[in-house]
Amino acid sequence: MTDATDKTYRKIKDLPLEEEVAPGSPLCAGCGGLEGLRLAEKVLGHNVVYSNAAGCFTLMSIFPFNPLRGSWLYTTMSAPTATSQGIRDALDIRKNKYGMPESEDLQVMVIAGDGSTYDMGLSPTSAAIHRKLDFIYFCYDNQGYGNTGFQLSASSPYGSHTQTAPPALEHPAGAEQESKDIFEIWKAHNPVYLATVTPREPVDLANKFAKAKTLKGPRLFICLAPCPTGWGFDPSLMHQIAKLAVDTGIFPVREYFEGKVTHTKIPRKRVPVEKYLELQQRFRHLFEPKRQDEIIAHIQQKVDDYWKPYE
Amino acid sequence: MEGTVNRRMLTGNKAAAWGARLAGVDYVPAFPITPQTEIVETLAKWFAGGEMTGKFTNMDSEHSMFAAAGAAAATGVRVFTASSSQGILYGMESLYTVTGWRVPFVMVNVSRALATPITLEPDHNDVLALRDAGLVQFHAETCQEVLDLILIGYRVTEDPRVCLPVLVNMDGFYLSFTREPVLLPDENAVREFLPPFKAEQPVFQASTPQARASAIFGGSHYSYFKFQQHLALQKAGDVFKEAAREFADRFGRSYHALEPYRMEDAEYVFVMSNSFATKGKSAVNKLRQKEIKAGLLKLVQVRPFPKKELAKALAGKKRVAVIDQNISLGSGGILFPEIAAALYPVQDRPETLLPVVGGLGGKDILESDFDAIIDRLDKGDATAPLLLYNEHDLAQFRAMQKIAGKTEEVLS
Ligand SMILES: Cc1ncc(C[n+]2csc(CCOP(=O)(O)OP(=O)(O)O)c2C)c(N)n1
Ligand code: SF4
Repeated sequence: MTDATDKTYRKIKDLPLEEEVAPGSPLCAGCGGLEGLRLAEKVLGHNVVYSNAAGCFTLMSIFPFNPLRGSWLYTTMSAPTATSQGIRDALDIRKNKYGMPESEDLQVMVIAGDGSTYDMGLSPTSAAIHRKLDFIYFCYDNQGYGNTGFQLSASSPYGSHTQTAPPALEHPAGAEQESKDIFEIWKAHNPVYLATVTPREPVDLANKFAKAKTLKGPRLFICLAPCPTGWGFDPSLMHQIAKLAVDTGIFPVREYFEGKVTHTKIPRKRVPVEKYLELQQRFRHLFEPKRQDEIIAHIQQKVDDYWKPYE
Repeated sequence: MEGTVNRRMLTGNKAAAWGARLAGVDYVPAFPITPQTEIVETLAKWFAGGEMTGKFTNMDSEHSMFAAAGAAAATGVRVFTASSSQGILYGMESLYTVTGWRVPFVMVNVSRALATPITLEPDHNDVLALRDAGLVQFHAETCQEVLDLILIGYRVTEDPRVCLPVLVNMDGFYLSFTREPVLLPDENAVREFLPPFKAEQPVFQASTPQARASAIFGGSHYSYFKFQQHLALQKAGDVFKEAAREFADRFGRSYHALEPYRMEDAEYVFVMSNSFATKGKSAVNKLRQKEIKAGLLKLVQVRPFPKKELAKALAGKKRVAVIDQNISLGSGGILFPEIAAALYPVQDRPETLLPVVGGLGGKDILESDFDAIIDRLDKGDATAPLLLYNEHDLAQFRAMQKIAGKTEEVLS
């Protein structure tokens, strides 16, 4: 394995001990996205103001409780980035026009699911990257509209079951289109920093946030968010599934910086995708009642095609 | 007192921009839409040229724009923005959201009828779509009022008893693009009336972490927040009175929730708002020449709805017509039922309260229309709304239909 990020942290023990996300939010047990956020905030600290898009994470802050040490603002499903723009602009005005001390400044950060990120929030985020907004975007990617009961989003993978694209005789795959390539879409905007992270690679994740912390401008993260509730697995399997997502090559762990994409974890010997698929209820129809070899092979082929140039 | 006064010929849009400039606005998130665009273009020039300081940000939509406006206000700067018509509808979700954030800013809406069919000229379906959204609403008749109500608006929105956005409305074209003489108050005098923004609520900054707009479970907590908002919006009426009184002392121009025109002995009353109130006043004068005792009541403050003032102004008036320049399809005018409700508890309420719908999509309201209203009031027939659409309008439409190759009757 290579690790191309600047190594602020070498091993898990190096990560800050302090917690910014307290335990005891109403999110599901074993929520991979929450674990990703917890790790990220260890690095970012608490001088952060979160703009939250409607989704699962909205329930982190239910009056009068909030597990975060930073500030929180619930927005709408599609305006978290615009909200960050308003806060960033106001903080800059207060610094430049009214002499607000640096110590009062905040990191503005979006917390949004993939539904918001890939679908209705895409245009405002595109605009904000274009404006070079100085912000961090954290997309916890559970590959579906989770909060509403797991419907199809543009991130739902080909062959997966969602409530609004259920597998059926005429539609054996369930989701019939490949997920939108948000990494390439964002990359085309040439943000200052762009990375994928997973809670299963905490050191890699922490180093990427540490690097982002030193930069200014749009810094965008897609965090794989294994979702026991939507994907259908026991919460205790979250880390195993997150690990398999990397080891099968289904979820490439990478970053884009200064015009270059680097894979920060390369699975040298890729585990067959079905090892990942078979653990999740959302892919059950690929194995039962009849094995759908064609669909599984298609998913494997797509992964193999992705990695070919890097082999 | 006033200091040096600068008298200029300004469009409604330019007057709005001057309002923002004189208020010392720090931040303008913007998005273009006819007939509002001149406002943000003017402000963009002033930010670029250094006449205004802070930041002007070109947003990607009104949905984003209102979210940014609210967020900046929650972070402690003075914010102004403007929109119109489709922009209001597109931004509606954000507007409801930011009023719930309880943040102060002033926005201008330049009224334009809603699609479809798409058009550019005004009526009030756009601004009244925000009727229930939790903004204070002032509706302007003249370019001077646009400017003054923006300045007073900042005093209202930033008052800790209110903390809700203020919307100042003007009619597209009739006001936005019409040049009128406007007195620009002296900047120092404005600064005394409206000191630089100091947020009364905690703002986003490192020393005061806060969670805002958290989710609520259960109707009882939700009701608490909503009733708070409602009470604050009602309180805005008193705050407006106070601010307007001080404004009158300093600048010599008085503003009230309602403006009566020749009402003392009026036997017929037109209730109107916005720029067409000028047409209404002129009709009143013409009718008076014919010895018909007409008067006009202009609605300035649409939210909070001035129920008590309305009841008082219209008590004892026998014949009242409410001219709605908007239409709630399937019902009639939007303001009519609100006015009727305000009058219900009044002992000597009007005998005839006539709903009138006119001026849609910028259609002129003519002297003959006012005559027709008087006629209907005399008949005492107020069972159905009077729709202002005459033979001439129909003939014009028929001519268009003919060009379009359609000859059969489609409108009865
Ligand atoms: C404009 C709008 N449409 C629909 C909804 C309903 N809604 C709330 S959360 C949600 C799903 C969001 O999905 P995603 O962004 O993936 O986040 P997740 O729920 O998975 O955390 C939807 C559709 C909404 N809040 N706002
Ligand atoms: S539904 Fe999934 S993403 Fe949402 S809180 Fe539960 S585990 Fe997390």
